[in-house]
Amino acid sequence: MNELARPSRLRDSHINLSHGSGGKAMRALIEDVFLGAFSNTLLDPLEDQATVPIEGLARLGDRLAFTTDSTVVDPLFFPGGDIGSLAVTGTVNDLAVGGAVPLFLSCAVVLEEGLPVDLLRRVVASMRAAADAAGVQIVTGDTKVVERGAADKLFINTAGIGVVRRGLKLGAASARPGDAVLVSGVLGDHGTAILIARNQLALEGDIASDCTPLHGLIDAMLAACPGIRCLRDATRGGVATVLNEFARSAGACIRIRERDLPLREQVKGACEILGLDPLFLANEGRLVAIAPPEDAARLLAAMRAHPAGAGAAIIGEVTGQPAGTVIMRTAFGGDRIVDMLVGEQLPRIC
Amino acid sequence: MKYVDEFRDPAKAEALARDIPRLVARIPRARHRPLQIMEVCGGHTHTIFRYGIQQMLPDAVEYVHGPGCPVCVLPMGRVDDCVTLAERPEVIFTTFGDAMRVPGSRKSLLKAKADGADVRMVYSPLDALALARRHPDREVIFFGLGFETTMPSTAMTLIQARRQGIRNFSLFCNHITIIPTIKAMLDSPELTLDGFLGPGHVSMVIGTRPYAFIAGHYGKPITIAGFEPLDVLQSTWMVLRQLAEGRREVENQYGRIVPEAGNSKALAAIREVYELREFFEWRGLGSIDHSGVRIRADYAEYDAERKFAVPNIKIADPKSCQCGEVLKGVIKPRECKVFGTACTPETPLGSLMVSTEGACAAYYNYGRIDTRVPADAPA
Repeated sequence: MNELARPSRLRDSHINLSHGSGGKAMRALIEDVFLGAFSNTLLDPLEDQATVPIEGLARLGDRLAFTTDSTVVDPLFFPGGDIGSLAVTGTVNDLAVGGAVPLFLSCAVVLEEGLPVDLLRRVVASMRAAADAAGVQIVTGDTKVVERGAADKLFINTAGIGVVRRGLKLGAASARPGDAVLVSGVLGDHGTAILIARNQLALEGDIASDCTPLHGLIDAMLAACPGIRCLRDATRGGVATVLNEFARSAGACIRIRERDLPLREQVKGACEILGLDPLFLANEGRLVAIAPPEDAARLLAAMRAHPAGAGAAIIGEVTGQPAGTVIMRTAFGGDRIVDMLVGEQLPRIC
Repeated sequence: MKYVDEFRDPAKAEALARDIPRLVARIPRARHRPLQIMEVCGGHTHTIFRYGIQQMLPDAVEYVHGPGCPVCVLPMGRVDDCVTLAERPEVIFTTFGDAMRVPGSRKSLLKAKADGADVRMVYSPLDALALARRHPDREVIFFGLGFETTMPSTAMTLIQARRQGIRNFSLFCNHITIIPTIKAMLDSPELTLDGFLGPGHVSMVIGTRPYAFIAGHYGKPITIAGFEPLDVLQSTWMVLRQLAEGRREVENQYGRIVPEAGNSKALAAIREVYELREFFEWRGLGSIDHSGVRIRADYAEYDAERKFAVPNIKIADPKSCQCGEVLKGVIKPRECKVFGTACTPETPLGSLMVSTEGACAAYYNYGRIDTRVPADAPA
């Protein structure tokens, strides 16, 4: 971003190709829209890179965590969030579930020609608010503009850096039979909110996305239970996907109980009508944790005491065989496999 | 959830499951081989697997997953016809979601969409008709699929299209009828069924009387069943009770939805728009007489087959597929040569692996549990 020298204002109402050409228009866009919202001491010099003193980082832990996430969502705004809050929260959570303190984010946007500048301002303001809520700074970025039709309005990539607490080692391979499986709140709100917001289903509901940063909750969890085996945020593919990944890494079976899954009535209803499985619905502020059995009750209490974990529940246990499998005791009393999702969930014919 | 949880009550389920072995003990045949109950409808297959009902039954009772998943019995040639229609530049091809992945000999509709065809998933044929109104310069085709359950809605859509004077809408009719199909299965010499769970939503339309021949002529008990897990379990219990008491009747467990005489308005709409075909080709089962319907000449302008010279390609099922034997209950999904190896939900060879109602997909997704109820299962 070093092409900026002096402050300028963006007067255009819509994005055009010149906003990505490296000239004055781009300077105005970056300075007015992005710098105006994100301003901080690491970003403001607008060098090609943000430079971060190592010394301060080393005090927080012994390893860097580094992740990246691209966000595409239709519609851009939905109850409980928007593409901006999603882009920040997703990357913050990817760092946090590794036991890292999230610190710095990048923001690279691909803009479609014709995008209203006011819309972009709303998204950028939302990113700033989400970054503030998560205690991170957006310290470097990039903008590209593509011709109308080459992208759908707005794509955002955020990479993130955090520092992992000294000595902490989280990984599903350490899960053992007997360990408890927990989730941090009601499941499937984000996926359902997006489905309803797309308005193709003629369904109405007051479900809002669960888009929430999880690092504060994770701090509280690690404080209460340093022996947590592993954490993962259950985004695309839902809780079912995370549980399957855990079962495979651990070489164990995970057994869950349907009646203990925290689900809102509206989410259950939408899934019933559409023939969808809430275990596969996306979440943007929910995590799955595995912890030693003796710590489970204490961990659950700590989670429930934190606003981001108020709906936490123990949903099952790690067992031995069949390894690599997730089995659910249905509320009806039978057992069934919970597999990874194949393709997309498609509504059934009748 | 109101009106749902009542039908998933584990205490009632347990009571039924406890009583079932008592009934089975009174059926002499069950001592030599497992009793086979065919659930005709794919919706039941889905419920059985999703709620783990098979595992609540004793070994002496097994479900045979019948031909009642309309997506699963769709022959490859019909999918090829769909793709050919969808690839016409003027066409918007609309379909229910779960037909998108069914493999044709060249590609599925999902692949055709990725390759540029305008294929859109809709939730009702009326959504497709609305699309036709919004795009008067395009030809909107709806992929009509399903048994008597979905026939009234497509019939009413054509009636409405004509009433509203919409000319750029047509139906690619692949509707099939249940009764000739059950009869064909009962006539198959390989079959050893002891009873049936009758399809609840088909019966909501056609009523319970058309099944009389199953009990009368073939001497098999049948219970029309609802789709909640307690419905399926209770209906299974009812079939077993008939067997235990030596009765052969048509019973209706789904009385809250299914009237004896069916739905006269729905039947009238079906009669207005459709007539029986001489025969219809089924995947795995071959050609079955009078098992499909086509659009009457009176509605010819809404018939995609007439409007767009559909090639009507005949493609043999892949040789390695044993869909037919699975559909007839001769083998279990896992006994098929390609189950879980060449044929998986990611790369289905047969359509039984595609739809969530298909026996193979249901078995693959929910049923691959080696142990029955393991000792270390959470209580």
